[in-house]
Amino acid sequence: MKYSVDENGFYGKFGGAYVPEMLFPNVEELRENYLKIMAEPDFQEEMQSLLRDYVGRPTPLYFAKRLSEKYNTNIYLKREDLNHTGAHKINNTIGQILLAKRLGKTRIIAETGAGQHGVATATVCALMNLECIVYMGEVDIERQAPNVARMNMLGATVVPAASGSKTLKDATNEAIRDWINNPEDTYYIIGSVVGPHPYPDMVARFQAVISEEMKAQLLEKTGSENPDYVVACVGGGSNAAGAFYHYLDTPEVKLVAVEAAGLGIDSGESAATSVLGKEGIIHGSRTLLMQTEDGQVTEPYSISAGLDYPGVGPLHAHLHQSGRAIFESITDEEALQAVLELTRLEGIIPALETAHALAAIGRLGAKPEEVVVINLSGRGDKDLATYLDRFNFDGK
Amino acid sequence: MENRIQQLFAQKPKGLLSVYFTAGFPSLEDTVPIILELEKNGVDLIEIGMPFSDPLADGPTIQQSSEVAIRNGMTIPKLFAQLQDIRQHTQIPLVLMGYLNPVMQYGVERFMQKASELGIDGLILPDLPLSDYVREYKELFEQNGLSNIFLITPQTPEQRIREIDAHTNGFIYMVSSASVTGSTTGQSVVNTGYFERVNGMGLRNPGIIGFGIHNHETFTQACNHASGAIIGSAFIKALAKEGSLTENISTFIQSIRQNEIA
Repeated sequence: MKYSVDENGFYGKFGGAYVPEMLFPNVEELRENYLKIMAEPDFQEEMQSLLRDYVGRPTPLYFAKRLSEKYNTNIYLKREDLNHTGAHKINNTIGQILLAKRLGKTRIIAETGAGQHGVATATVCALMNLECIVYMGEVDIERQAPNVARMNMLGATVVPAASGSKTLKDATNEAIRDWINNPEDTYYIIGSVVGPHPYPDMVARFQAVISEEMKAQLLEKTGSENPDYVVACVGGGSNAAGAFYHYLDTPEVKLVAVEAAGLGIDSGESAATSVLGKEGIIHGSRTLLMQTEDGQVTEPYSISAGLDYPGVGPLHAHLHQSGRAIFESITDEEALQAVLELTRLEGIIPALETAHALAAIGRLGAKPEEVVVINLSGRGDKDLATYLDRFNFDGK
Repeated sequence: MENRIQQLFAQKPKGLLSVYFTAGFPSLEDTVPIILELEKNGVDLIEIGMPFSDPLADGPTIQQSSEVAIRNGMTIPKLFAQLQDIRQHTQIPLVLMGYLNPVMQYGVERFMQKASELGIDGLILPDLPLSDYVREYKELFEQNGLSNIFLITPQTPEQRIREIDAHTNGFIYMVSSASVTGSTTGQSVVNTGYFERVNGMGLRNPGIIGFGIHNHETFTQACNHASGAIIGSAFIKALAKEGSLTENISTFIQSIRQNEIA
């Protein structure tokens, strides 16, 4: 496993646990226990049964006929949008809540950008009867109102993060500060493959079910476990980590990570970390990071709240630097066009985040006989207000 | 050779007052005037905060002062320029405190050489892990005569405290309770069990208590359990008040020390 985390928590030179001493015992407790607990038969049994009966796994692998015709190749959609709560995020929250319970924690905190991870966390907290506090940037609370309402309805407390850019980065800061203030009873469910070791590895393992299912489904449908391309959007990078996981050491499968270019790479309003970022430290991890010359973290921009993050998971930084993954970036406009295209060709309204992955299909140069899998990470219900605002349907 | 931190603790083992402020706050050019005023008012040690956009371990007060300082144009090169002649004006021990990312971008080695040239005595980089320090940076700190100050908390296990003690040579920063900076929810910082446990360990480094120290009462309590105390957020609030820097500083420090002889 050339691309798995090493014993010190690094992927190549990225990763690690750059946390203040106040967080050291929490992170250490998790590091010592996560693999052990995840390997326990009763943990696996409980997780698998919840993933099957509660989340609705396995999710289908759908051959998108009309989309394939348009791009003259073979496109499959991994339907993570059909999971309970509407995105891949719940794969991870189910796993982490079971871990939190086994560690004896009684209070759950989380950060959220688009609100999908917040909803997925509030959902499992309701299920397990645990107190739930979700930090969310003020700007995101405004642009993702339906998800805020869902979290409230599920019994979670949504705390606005009013510092900095008031988006995902700041919500994460606030969640980390909460964890510093409550080191003993509280468990922090991070929503992406970011943060100090062991989070990136742990979250990737919980999301790895995506590529595990993909392999079996592709074998059945195409006669081979391996597609030519796996394409996923990347903010922090959890759905991409899950979609890539079982293909990392299969070099013939091309991995395509799609970032948000916002208004354009050179516009100053972008979230394409692999292009605009430099090596640095954010949220306890050494990774690629958008920052000023002086090392101040800059405020990213994307129409998609879930991709609006100035860093990227350390695994992805390593995949970028080693050349194992191809990185593309897609503008707001291109993503919006891809939303409409999938909606009209396949009758599926995707999330804005996911639309970035879809918009990259035309750039792959996939041949007619090749197989492309797009990880359809989430559905578009939460983005309806944006869609209605941006598209002028005129009753058409 | 001893640096000024080590000399200070040798000369004055009790009742030390250490003050933290964010460089560039309230105004960009306040750094040197604040240092000189603090010294004049009998402060023993000064921590100069290098502002960072995402200060994870800090509460709202230091977050805001950092934001203002960055907006005012504070950077590491700017701070170093301000401190260029500082040792011609004062011999008070000076510690730079900040997060690792800006230091990394400046260049860790270059940063330490420059800090040493300017007469800085120590660094506090809360998100520099002990393991990285030992593996990559310890020699560099020692070559440049800089003490690396580590934090411990009530949750830090004894074995790790001993490890930290073995690798530092200035003082140990005892975080009073599980919290970010600036928390004053409790009127008392007497976490007696934790302080006594640490005091009973026979560590080679002295300890100073910080986080939540904000008035005479909490300062005195902290001094009863350690060599001294660190005040940050409460001082920054005092700096933000109406009135001159000189007045604000002397009023605040007097309110902390009260009748004690500095």
